[in-house]
Amino acid sequence: MLDVHRQAFIEEATELIADLESSLLELESNSTDAELIAKVFRAMHTIKGSSAMFGFDGIAMFTHDVESVYDYIRKGQLAVSSSIIDITLAACDQVGKMLKTNDALLPADEERASELLKAFKKIAASCSTEKKEEQIKPQATLPAEAGEAEIRPLCLYHISFKPSEQILVTGSNPLLLITELRDMGESVVVANTSAVPEIDVINPEYSYLSWDVILFTRASLNTIKDVFIFVEGDSDLHISKIKDVKEIPAPETLEDIASHFSSASVTPGFIPVEFLTNYFSEKSYGEKGQSGLKKTEAAEAHGHESDAASSIRVSADKLDELVNLVGELVTIQARLSQLAMTAESAQMSAVSEEVERITWSLRDSALNIRMLPIGTTFSKFKRLVRSLSKELGKEVELTTEGAETELDKTVIEKMSDPLVHIIRNSIDHGIETPEQRISAGKPPVGIVQLSASQAGGSVIIKISDDGAGLNKDVIRQKAVSLGLASENAELSDNEIYTMIFMPGFSTAKAVTSVSGRGVGMDVVRKAIQGLRGTVEVQSQLGTGTTILLKLPLTLAIIDGLLVGIAGSSYILPLSSVEECIELLAGDRERSNNRNLVNIRGELVPYIDLRQHFMLAGERPAIEQIVIAGINGMRVGFVVDHVIGQHQTVLKSLGKVFRNVEGVSGATILGDGKVALILDINKLVEKAEMEERMEHA
Amino acid sequence: MPKTIMTVDDSASVRQMVSFTLREAGYDVIEAVDGRDAVSKMSGKNINLFLTDLNMPNMDGIELIKNIRKTPQHKFIPILMLTTESQAEKKMEGKSAGATGWIVKPFQPEQLLTVIRKVLGC
Repeated sequence: MLDVHRQAFIEEATELIADLESSLLELESNSTDAELIAKVFRAMHTIKGSSAMFGFDGIAMFTHDVESVYDYIRKGQLAVSSSIIDITLAACDQVGKMLKTNDALLPADEERASELLKAFKKIAASCSTEKKEEQIKPQATLPAEAGEAEIRPLCLYHISFKPSEQILVTGSNPLLLITELRDMGESVVVANTSAVPEIDVINPEYSYLSWDVILFTRASLNTIKDVFIFVEGDSDLHISKIKDVKEIPAPETLEDIASHFSSASVTPGFIPVEFLTNYFSEKSYGEKGQSGLKKTEAAEAHGHESDAASSIRVSADKLDELVNLVGELVTIQARLSQLAMTAESAQMSAVSEEVERITWSLRDSALNIRMLPIGTTFSKFKRLVRSLSKELGKEVELTTEGAETELDKTVIEKMSDPLVHIIRNSIDHGIETPEQRISAGKPPVGIVQLSASQAGGSVIIKISDDGAGLNKDVIRQKAVSLGLASENAELSDNEIYTMIFMPGFSTAKAVTSVSGRGVGMDVVRKAIQGLRGTVEVQSQLGTGTTILLKLPLTLAIIDGLLVGIAGSSYILPLSSVEECIELLAGDRERSNNRNLVNIRGELVPYIDLRQHFMLAGERPAIEQIVIAGINGMRVGFVVDHVIGQHQTVLKSLGKVFRNVEGVSGATILGDGKVALILDINKLVEKAEMEERMEHA
Repeated sequence: MPKTIMTVDDSASVRQMVSFTLREAGYDVIEAVDGRDAVSKMSGKNINLFLTDLNMPNMDGIELIKNIRKTPQHKFIPILMLTTESQAEKKMEGKSAGATGWIVKPFQPEQLLTVIRKVLGC
């Protein structure tokens, strides 16, 4: 079979040499023609490549040096001279002879061949600035594994594989790689899906998965590495040999490991080598690489560079003014729409609709200019985490996610300090010392994860640590000792966690330079509420704490619920509204005017806004209660009627009314009337205070 | 249905040897003599793998890889480069253009099939 191919090669090579000769003669008279030089190089290259494949190793070796000379010429490091043309023509004759000889492995005329080779080597050496090119390898790169498998001992390997997001676009299928690994022996494969984003931001062409594989095989480390040969360059790949084993563990043991790592109680993504070592209780030889981290940092740096190139600097004041003007325009446009509607003129309606369309897109782009990716803030926390963990003798790694999420510049600026407080708390109170962590069965390096994602008109920022978690009993005791809660009060988990936001609250046993003075979380909640955001705490003792911050995308626009009370309009921030229900006059009487309403068996306190603002006039027979969630508590606001959702530009009230409590701003409605935007947090605070004073 | 492989090489002998090996192994083969030929022959066809030389006249392998990745139906198809150049730079250039892997010439028919089965999964 191979003879057929060899015959084809001989014919082809003979043709190539004939072509080569005419090209060389042309080149002699036209020594700088790049196209001709490339043609000569390509011909030599083809002869070299094919001859080795069809067993003409002599030709391959011979043409290698000729090719090198033309490579230098091609790169402009060497000029074509008639002496070079002469010896190349002689070389062509030599190759022709070699093709005709029966013993293809040996040069036909060794003396002549080595003479020519020397001449080429001399030329090549004269301009070789770098290390001499690798000698041609007649042997294959893929190692032949057959026969070896029986002799090698059985080993336990751990493979952690995170392909580049782009892996699918390079035609690689990560599943095939995992299958190839599985075919090598007994294995446990754990897929990590934590990096898969929300469905609305997912890029279907990207791969977001990573895998941990525990493999019992007789294959060598190099064989395992060969599986990833095409992808190792751009993947995060760690292969460690854990130890030699005598036999493959029972299926139950493997299942046990698999279930251990599929459960949420363990930080996903990386099966710690320490765990495997402990699990199989013998000395570990594994090592964890750091290349992955370096790579992401480099990529980030690169990303910032390109950002800078395509943007311009504008002073923030100018942007603020633009947004302000657009705000005015939106208001006036609303009035225009109203006028057009009453004027009943088709022409005017057409113009008005056009203006409306343009105004809204102008508003969106103006607000968009102020949007910055939150990543700029994230990157500065890396320093903070580094210095804090050193100071406290803890090992902490900060991972970030969703750095590209965009938020209003003002929100980002004001959020920075609260985030510092939260991260400090996570490291100081949350993450344990490496010794404590090991004894708790956790990896010694704690992880603080900072992630941002957009959900509707809000941005959710999540700060989670895999530390000790909040201790409900300790918080409760502290709250009782501070007089914030009574000893027998029945408190839900949420209510207990909310205690940490109380002023002066700290459960840290000692005040450190980092935290423990009890100012942190109090300040955090104030700042976030100031941004019309909310704070939520989730925690599990022993596994970690997550703090969720929900912030509006921008401060200039508010998504509101428009309500009417005594002929005036008011706006409640829609982000806090949970539901609206009816309040009948009878309900009011039944609760003995104690401002409590029974919603599906739950007693919810409410604030009667008509009463609160001391508005005169008759109440409608059926009033509405807007139920809002505030700091984990449900509070109702009684209004005459609910008009509907209203997106509006927020205007501050001006100097005179700056100190009015319970109102965060105002907006002008389409009909030119002013609607006050209510600050429901303040309203609840005020109501609580009044109630306490009444009791006292 | 057998999988279709397109082999692109300006050397007729390499094409012949590759095609023979692949057909023996049960694959359908389409041959192309250079990048330009490959681009014209691939349109409208359902190709499961490309095997391309790098150094070719008219359109070289790197250009071809970029062109293949631009066509929607071949965006995720494996592309293997045939290369005599063992230097990393050429491989990297091909990889960043979108190649899946490479086979270093000279190679034995069995090695070719091993690599193809690795990226095709069968």
